[in-house]
Amino acid sequence: MADQTSVAPIGPHTIQHFTLSNGIKLMLQENHISPSVVVRGHLWAGAVNDQLEKGGVGHFTASAVKRGTTTLSFQQINELTESVGANVFVSGGRHLTSFGGKSLAEDFGLLVNVLSDVLLNPAFPHKEIEKVRGQILTGLRELENDTRGLASREFRQLLYTLEHPYGRPGSGTLESVPGIQRDDIETFYQAHYHPKDATIVVVGDVQAKRVYDMLENALGNWQPAGSAPASIIPEAQSLTEQRRYVRTMTNKTQADIVLGTVGPDRAAEEYYAARMGDMILGHLGLMGRLGETVRDQQGLAYYAYSGLEAGLGRGPWSVRAGVNPANVEQAIESILAEIARLRDEPVTDQELEDGKDYLTGSLPLRLETNEGIAGTLLDMHLYQLGDDYIIRYPDLMRAITKEQIQAAAQKYLDPENYALAIVGPYRDE
Amino acid sequence: MPNNDTAEFQLNNGLKVLLKPVRSAPIVSNWIWYRVGSRNELPGKTGISHWVEHMMFKGTPTFPKGSIMRLVNKNGGLLNGFTSYDYTAYFETLPADRLDLGLRIEADRMGNSVFDPDEVESERSVIISEREGSENSPNFLLREELMSLAFRAHPYGHQVIGWKEDLRRITHDDLWDHYKTYYGPHNAVLVIVGDIDPAATRARIQELFAPIPAGPAPPPVTATEPAQTGERRVVLRQPGTAQYFQAAFHVPHARHADHFSLMVLNAVLAGASPMTFGGGSTPTHRSARLYKALVESELATRCGCSYSPNIDAGLFNFYATVREGRSLEEVERAMWDEILRIQDELVSEEELGKAQKQAKAQFAYALESVTNQALWLGSMEMVDSYARFYTFLDDLTSVSAADVQRVAQTYLAETNRNVGWFVPRTEEVAHG
Repeated sequence: MADQTSVAPIGPHTIQHFTLSNGIKLMLQENHISPSVVVRGHLWAGAVNDQLEKGGVGHFTASAVKRGTTTLSFQQINELTESVGANVFVSGGRHLTSFGGKSLAEDFGLLVNVLSDVLLNPAFPHKEIEKVRGQILTGLRELENDTRGLASREFRQLLYTLEHPYGRPGSGTLESVPGIQRDDIETFYQAHYHPKDATIVVVGDVQAKRVYDMLENALGNWQPAGSAPASIIPEAQSLTEQRRYVRTMTNKTQADIVLGTVGPDRAAEEYYAARMGDMILGHLGLMGRLGETVRDQQGLAYYAYSGLEAGLGRGPWSVRAGVNPANVEQAIESILAEIARLRDEPVTDQELEDGKDYLTGSLPLRLETNEGIAGTLLDMHLYQLGDDYIIRYPDLMRAITKEQIQAAAQKYLDPENYALAIVGPYRDE
Repeated sequence: MPNNDTAEFQLNNGLKVLLKPVRSAPIVSNWIWYRVGSRNELPGKTGISHWVEHMMFKGTPTFPKGSIMRLVNKNGGLLNGFTSYDYTAYFETLPADRLDLGLRIEADRMGNSVFDPDEVESERSVIISEREGSENSPNFLLREELMSLAFRAHPYGHQVIGWKEDLRRITHDDLWDHYKTYYGPHNAVLVIVGDIDPAATRARIQELFAPIPAGPAPPPVTATEPAQTGERRVVLRQPGTAQYFQAAFHVPHARHADHFSLMVLNAVLAGASPMTFGGGSTPTHRSARLYKALVESELATRCGCSYSPNIDAGLFNFYATVREGRSLEEVERAMWDEILRIQDELVSEEELGKAQKQAKAQFAYALESVTNQALWLGSMEMVDSYARFYTFLDDLTSVSAADVQRVAQTYLAETNRNVGWFVPRTEEVAHG
């Protein structure tokens, strides 16, 4: 292998930190390969803050803030940014609202000004709120005819139930979205759009000092009333039973399946072992072991892969596959057999070596673009991994053992107690 | 615009090579492009190019089944392959010191892929499953209808995935013949962008690829689409929950003088297209004409148009998702109103300047990644010339408002129009 420090050009020696006068944390990485710049950040405002009957208000608010400020209309915002090929976004997630944008370096000032105006001075015009509502509702109607999307949504609800925020659809439902009023959005914004603990990352062809000055000028005075309420949610628990959901859609040709359990969170000590186990189960090569058995040997599916959504809380560890309705039962059996194998037997030496080589060797690829760097820096901050994380990363991977992977699989995966959603031209006997 | 820093050469067996050194990161992207796609397929054999692409991951005697993916991953790389109307491409993006692995894989599977009969059968169900996944999407079904309506003579009328009946019947020997006809140095372009030593890379390419014998020239595609003389429509009534609109107009091939005017027309209507691959796009459509006329007016929730150059005369496409409570008629009328407007009135200098600035930005974004740069060089080389990469912004700047108006009048004409409606029959979305 190549000397890893030579391919890890990002670390304490290159990352610059600043704190704006209101406490917003700023991380900067200069990258002069292309005359472009990327901004990424987050606020502690997410769907976990939604009340059940107002499900989707966090997502709705994120869509609504960029729909006009006290001085700029939605069309003016679009015209300003798009005229220079720039883009600004705000997006509501489960715990966090993400924001950011991209522009040519020469237009960075404009990008910062529009972004801060959107975050600080949204006007929530009634007309724009109704436009957003129409788009969300049409999207939710489309979802009712989308086998993959429905299988994902129903799987989550099955795994966590509606009692837990992780079980609820982040964008709300056809029942909740019509009831969200402008006041609800305004209230959500006032309560949760807050500079406290906000983070901004800037990567690209810019000078650090100048970036700091511009952001301090644009965002440093942001002092909303009150303090940000803490969002404490109960820790999700592993299932102790099997849950199964089937939605029969006779007009479709393929059935989509999601099967899984509650995985670890990002801070769990088993996280890295679980991640490596997930690579071996459903990614490495052409979708790992699942690709080899379900797709390749049995020819049951075009896609069959796994995913570990470890974040601030315990996200799902799941397997997804799209199969002909005649093959549903056989595919489920094969998926469960692979889950059992990861628990019952240690992975092979070769699988573990391949996984380590891939995760360490592909690091430069993941850090190639400004977006790739910015996403990594945000994660480093959010999960408190330290500025030397990229340098330590190869050693973290190299230290993973077969025993750790098996223990992580035994702790989090379960071929008996799991949630399973099937949507498509399939009926339970 | 940047100076042309791509080294171009050809081996004696016909393999064309493009090398572009980019030393921003210790990464290299290695691509092989074959001049074969669904365009080269005959009735009864549709989908065969894409199926051959799948077989190219099944191994060779030197790289047994599974080892291509495994070795590239093991060396920290990513790889993929894809098939389009005009070409089939494979790439490995790797740490720069692992380029040799990518070169050895591509040199080997250019002629030595194993088409094991059992593997052909197992891949048949994978590909049918891929198609069935797409069939779940109303927009795929509508697109398939619209393409087959727009093209009566030319093979662009069928989708890359192919007709399901053909996928059931294509044989091992069909696939093998297709591979032997189109895969070889005489029909391929190798594109490498990244942190390379051009002299050493060139020597290694010579060593690995020069011994591969050239085959006979593949049969030319002679089918030519006759001019359309009247509007064609298709209405797809199927179970669903939303209404979808698509339209397509015939436009000339990529080497035609109107190519850049059509690109600017597209940018004025729907924003400059991103030139990136696999995420990281920076959309600029919300201040463009169609979004204002259809989404801002609350007729649609999503709309746009697209124009991508092809070897033969292709299509300029429009699409929209109708907003709940609105109708396909309203959406279609608003779409034609926008087309009439751009045919009747010259676009302003501001709009032209905006389209050019957007293209400049998209170009800069694409430069961040060597994979994107290689994608760009290769795909342009397939339909025209890689050198377009270097004159792209100048070529766009040379387009005038009158050019945009002229191409809108010439090609977005009613007699050249193909229209597709997806009308949902909601009562039939069966829920169990």
